[in-house]
Amino acid sequence: MIALSPYSLATAAAVGFGAGYVGSLMVLRRMALVGDALSHVALPGLAVGLLLGFDPFLGAFAFVLTAAFLTWFIERSAHLAVDAIIGVLFVLALAVGVLLTPNPDLLEALFGNVSQVGLLATLATIVLATGVVLVTRLIYRSMILSVISEDLAASAGVRVELVSLVYLVLVSTVVAVGVQVVGTLLVGALVIVPAAAAKTLGTNLTPYATLSALFGVASAVGGTLLSFAWGVTAGPLVVVLGVVLFVASWGFAAAGRRRARKELA
Amino acid sequence: MGGRPVERPQEGTNLNGLRRKLMSLPSVPVLTVTDVTVRAGPLTILDHVSFRVPRGITFAIVGPNGGGKSTLLKVLLDRIAYTGRVEWDGPVRVGYVPQKLVDTDIPLSVEELLSLKCRGDYAACLSMVGLDQRILKKTIGTLSGGEIQRVLIGWATVDRPDVLLFDEPTSNVDIGSEDAILQAVKSVQVETGATVLLVTHNLHELHHYADRVLVLQRRVRFEGTVAELLSNPDRVSETFGIPPGEIPPFGIGSRR
Repeated sequence: MIALSPYSLATAAAVGFGAGYVGSLMVLRRMALVGDALSHVALPGLAVGLLLGFDPFLGAFAFVLTAAFLTWFIERSAHLAVDAIIGVLFVLALAVGVLLTPNPDLLEALFGNVSQVGLLATLATIVLATGVVLVTRLIYRSMILSVISEDLAASAGVRVELVSLVYLVLVSTVVAVGVQVVGTLLVGALVIVPAAAAKTLGTNLTPYATLSALFGVASAVGGTLLSFAWGVTAGPLVVVLGVVLFVASWGFAAAGRRRARKELA
Repeated sequence: MGGRPVERPQEGTNLNGLRRKLMSLPSVPVLTVTDVTVRAGPLTILDHVSFRVPRGITFAIVGPNGGGKSTLLKVLLDRIAYTGRVEWDGPVRVGYVPQKLVDTDIPLSVEELLSLKCRGDYAACLSMVGLDQRILKKTIGTLSGGEIQRVLIGWATVDRPDVLLFDEPTSNVDIGSEDAILQAVKSVQVETGATVLLVTHNLHELHHYADRVLVLQRRVRFEGTVAELLSNPDRVSETFGIPPGEIPPFGIGSRR
């Protein structure tokens, strides 16, 4: 058992909340695979940071942000579907990242290591995650309208392209800060799984977004606690816990539907 | 949306005299479209389209598939690049009802959908389109196509717009729901006095609900009253793709 670090828990909670909240929109926009692919782009960024001796988080953030801008630009200007862009560009990023990352650091880059997080990184994560949540809350209404119909959103005064770009920047930020908790391979799951779990419960919008954020906290903090108890890497445990929450929510919702059908019969 | 400033009566003016003077003038158009062209690569989708929409009427836009009807609505919503001029008469609020929603599999109740636009009297809004307020608590994914269209009409009217744009509001609903939707459109117009721009494929809709009509096939092929269009079987046949012998007999007396 490793000594429990409050910095690790605070970082996990902030990342879990931010990723869950941002992810609630990503699932509704059917961009689950984009989140996953963007997370892979963080790897060459981390590698460049490690090779050149600056903070790998900054490298990851710069690469993910560039990928997000490219996605937005190609989608809007070439009218190419997002999944096609991912197929062309992002798998390449993973391959290049694996080739560039020094071998001793590869495992940590791929699966994260939240146990090593210090005070400064924790504070930076909390500030960034709070900013992401606040800005996401500001654009939530516009994003929902854009999901159901971009023209409808435009008629209500929403600047659809701008809001979409802002959202991609938020996703990039949350992916970059999430890398330290679950690593580049699994950070996509931290964004998607809590939201997918919340969606199975079939609630309305506000409880859905709140539950998504809380599920994110539960899986990130729970996975980190288990990693300290069992002395293993937190990333995979966070993801497994998220999927356990997903299955539990699904079962709970199915039981609720069965009960409702019985009452009607 | 901005546009030409509206002339307001000066203080101390004889209002009855002014009203008589105004009645004798042709009505001020709420929308003036001048020379609008839209291109997508080598294709010209709208070619120097010009027309005016008088205030308070139902103005139908008809034409074959690919004729540019939905593109014209996107121009009016300022969603695509175009050349030419689109002028609204003063600052106008525009409500828009799309053909269908891109995605309804989201945890969004009708009440939440309406609240995304503004706070208002949702129950009154829904009653105008023939829906009970119990629908407010339902999520949009559980509604029928007809119910969604009527909720969208309610959504478009909740902030009392001056102009309502409808993009083929009945194209994705069953025949039984068509009349309910069109009655909802009509009652909204009567209650709010809004100008309605109705893109349609449907001759029945045109005959029963529109006052003036624009036939669009990349260019403006015809603009005039519905009666003028319907009195020309060849043009009706060309516009709606119906053989001349199969055009239903229209009597203006049957208009609702």
